[in-house]
Amino acid sequence: MPKKKPVNLPGDGTAALLPVPPMDNWWWLSHKGTTTSFLCISLFALLIRSAVSMFPYSGAGTPPKFGDFEAQRHWMEITTNLPAIDWYRNGTHNDLTYWGLDYPPLTAYQSYIHGILLRVFNPESVSLFSSRGHESYHGKLLMRWTVLSSDALIFFPAALFFVLVYHRNRAKSGVAWHIAMILLNPCLILIDHGHFQYNCISLGLTVGAIAAVLCGSEVLTCVFFSLALSHKQMSAYFAPAFFSHLLGKCLRRKNPILSVLKLGIAVIVTFVIVWWPYLHSVDDFLMVLSRLAPFERGIYEDYVANFWCTTSILIKWKKLFTTPSLKSISLAATVLASLPSMVQQILSPSDEGFLYCLLNSSMAFYMFSFQVHEKSILMPFLAATLLALKIPDHFNHLTYYALFSMFPLLCRDKLLLPYLSLHLLFTLIYHSPGTQITLPKTKASSFSFTSFPGYRFLLRTHFFISLFLHVVYLTIQPPQKYPFLFEALIMILCFSYFVMFAIFTNYTQWTFSSHFRSADKEKKRI
Amino acid sequence: MDHRKNDHRLHLLWFFAVSTTIKLLLIPSYRSTDFEVHRNWLAITHSLPLTKWYFDETSQWTLDYPPFFAHFERFLSFFASLVDPKIVNLHSGLNYAADSVIYFQRITVILSDLSLLFGVYRLTRKVEPLKRNLICALVVWSPGLLVVDHVHFQYNGFLLGLLLLSVSFLGDGRDLVGGFLFAVVLCFKHLFAVAAPVYFVYLLRHYCWVGLVTGLRRLVTLGVVVVAVFVAAFGPFVYYGQIQQVISRMFPFGRGLCHAYWAPNFWVFYIILDKGLAFTLRKLGFDVQVPSASFTGGLVGDSSPFAVLPQITPLTTFVMVLLAITPCLIKAWRKPQPGLVARWIAYAYTCGFLFGWHVHEKASLHFTIPLAIVAVQSLEDAKHYFLVSIVSCYSLFPLLYEPQEYPIKVLLLLLHAMVMWLGFSAQYLDEKGLKNKEKAGEIKSKFEIGCIEKAYLMGLVLVEIVSQFLHPYFLGDRFTFMPLMLISTYCAVGIMYSWIWQLRKILA
Repeated sequence: MPKKKPVNLPGDGTAALLPVPPMDNWWWLSHKGTTTSFLCISLFALLIRSAVSMFPYSGAGTPPKFGDFEAQRHWMEITTNLPAIDWYRNGTHNDLTYWGLDYPPLTAYQSYIHGILLRVFNPESVSLFSSRGHESYHGKLLMRWTVLSSDALIFFPAALFFVLVYHRNRAKSGVAWHIAMILLNPCLILIDHGHFQYNCISLGLTVGAIAAVLCGSEVLTCVFFSLALSHKQMSAYFAPAFFSHLLGKCLRRKNPILSVLKLGIAVIVTFVIVWWPYLHSVDDFLMVLSRLAPFERGIYEDYVANFWCTTSILIKWKKLFTTPSLKSISLAATVLASLPSMVQQILSPSDEGFLYCLLNSSMAFYMFSFQVHEKSILMPFLAATLLALKIPDHFNHLTYYALFSMFPLLCRDKLLLPYLSLHLLFTLIYHSPGTQITLPKTKASSFSFTSFPGYRFLLRTHFFISLFLHVVYLTIQPPQKYPFLFEALIMILCFSYFVMFAIFTNYTQWTFSSHFRSADKEKKRI
Repeated sequence: MDHRKNDHRLHLLWFFAVSTTIKLLLIPSYRSTDFEVHRNWLAITHSLPLTKWYFDETSQWTLDYPPFFAHFERFLSFFASLVDPKIVNLHSGLNYAADSVIYFQRITVILSDLSLLFGVYRLTRKVEPLKRNLICALVVWSPGLLVVDHVHFQYNGFLLGLLLLSVSFLGDGRDLVGGFLFAVVLCFKHLFAVAAPVYFVYLLRHYCWVGLVTGLRRLVTLGVVVVAVFVAAFGPFVYYGQIQQVISRMFPFGRGLCHAYWAPNFWVFYIILDKGLAFTLRKLGFDVQVPSASFTGGLVGDSSPFAVLPQITPLTTFVMVLLAITPCLIKAWRKPQPGLVARWIAYAYTCGFLFGWHVHEKASLHFTIPLAIVAVQSLEDAKHYFLVSIVSCYSLFPLLYEPQEYPIKVLLLLLHAMVMWLGFSAQYLDEKGLKNKEKAGEIKSKFEIGCIEKAYLMGLVLVEIVSQFLHPYFLGDRFTFMPLMLISTYCAVGIMYSWIWQLRKILA
């Protein structure tokens, strides 16, 4: 990256590269500019998405509850047939025990719009009551297309926005690679287009907010992030990072209170607009809120590779504590874990540090917050994707374990083949020939943590055990006494990698900022 | 040098591996009856002795490929029986559609594409890196092959790989091996025979025309090799006295001039002219009989499907194909250059496609794949290839008529067009523009599509909108043949243009 270059060339690095095109194999893809290569890669990414969408969705053909696909379809049924006020209320027409709406209003509006589309082309798939468990060729196709179009209309433009802003002042050699890493994110593709969810919308809005931070328009950040929060409450994983970074920046202004106030108003106005139908009475508002926080579901679900679930093998949290006390314990742990990176951002807010902070705070939430799902790894993983050029090796490993942590879930959904193919595709794109030269060897990879002798060994052992577990999980029946033995083993393995990763990124964020400052000082001296 | 060779292998493998992931993801997609055809052939070759292969009529999908392909199926059926014995059961396996058979057959296609990989590898060994990568991208990522082989289901990649291998040997000047491989390809799929005249003339002139003694010796060697291949394939059937049956299976002339969906070739214009004439004459008061036979079916000798224009017989089409190829043959005889073989072969397949009897739209792959090698040779070739590959890929769209594959085929075509545009632009950069880059901001390329071509390609979008959206919306189920007719007529214009362009290029 530019910083690493000992002598800064006049202009940017691309001018020096151009006269010898054959040296860089991906030069043909990026010579027309970032937007064009983005367009080309996004066509490929869409192709992959539409191919994955031919595979089964979660809960296909498994009555009576089905899966996430049925949940989303049911929300379309509810939102298109009932007035907005009844969407979150248990009533004769809306049985909340059957996939009741438990995401914020923006999800409901999105369901409404998609529901209208479905009603035009396939009315029986969203008719009230009679459509429960509706499964048909056209129903599936239309539902899949709604995800595909949401991805193309929200996540892709947001990613383009981010790439344009992020690569403004960088060498162009890594752009195509980075775009591919963002758009061919295997976890997101598998969950959204295989398992069936609309993470692309909330994550897309988050990426938009991040890009807005990088280009310095903070009001836009607040609007985008409030929208992301109103689409999926899980976006709160990133909230500490946004909060601390913006606060840190505002504190450096002439008029800190005024700038904080400005952003506060932006947030409140956005929320008021989105939540308007439920703001007429306190009861309505509380009713929606209670739907969003399903504390009765326990501190963790299934076998998620976070702190509570992994340690529950030794410490039976659910038996030791009551749910309310667990709530406060997990809250405290989450805040504590995300505190260091928040403090760093308040003290010295920087673009690079902000991205690390996003990663750290979302990882803290994944590890310690209440009611975490396997799919929540998407949030820390998204932040890591944005940093892919900075920490390529770690990003590679994280992808592997993030995917692996969802392996049992994806197997249950009969998505083994897409899992393997996307894994392969990611590895191929990551190692695409010709890019190794241009991939920056950052300072991070030469620093003490990774050169610690045990680390490489640990990583290798992890990798071999995971390969072994893949095979075992697919071939061997677990012992009757422990039917979820292999899930637990996978969880432990992924957890231990995530811990290492989290320590590394937290460390990097702090050391990076000191590097940054010393570099700054040097520049000033010159 | 060794490093570069490794680099080349790595690149090619990378391209292939990426396309393999896409192919794997396409496994659950729509599959045509060809899937059951090939499954049935697995069953026939596995459970019957060779003497009954071409007689079996248990399923309507009888074996109609030459013997090598049957042996290939026999080879695959060995593994099929290990995977799931029901696949190769002649009776209980009929229309078998379990996961085992789908995965097995799809994976055999993916693996057999290794022959394509090898063919491309041999062809591009000595080409410079940028061109080489372009060829890899055009052939290995060919949207047509993905659509026909990995969705629709066929083994074209495997056979085209053999053809490319043969071309690469000819290009190296190793004519005997090239000829041998072409004979092998013919015994796999006889539709490749359209290029036989080119091979014949070229080998005769380039390989055997070297003085009397050496020439005669070479002629005999070549003859022995080719005959040996054919004996290996057809010998057993001659021995059992079944050759008549094999031939009649391979050449079902009873099938009519056009396939169910008209391939975008010359005959589309002929049919439309006939319809138009009949319509006008009727308006003018003449008594024109409505023909009872159809273009797509009906036996030869039945009443003519044409109302006004003369009847077309297989012999007519044969003569026309041969006539169309003749200029290229003369050129090959006068100046047999190894570097031009790929171009001539592509031209021959274009002629076969345009004027042949009962041509399938899939046959357009036979010329788009060899043309990809020609495409990197000059700027004009690149421009021509850009047009013809888009048209031929678009003409395959009606093969995948189910809505599920709609985004896939559209995205494949768009991606292909985009990759071609970026690749060719990078190849033909404007040197001057490169220097002025800092001023202009954007790099200029010499690769630009002309106005007429651009308008024609934009027309494809219009055709697609009309046939896919406007027609069903306004007309519903009436005139269902209209969208297909529109597509094949419009594409036929592009293919005709390509034919004329290639002809001029060869004569120039």
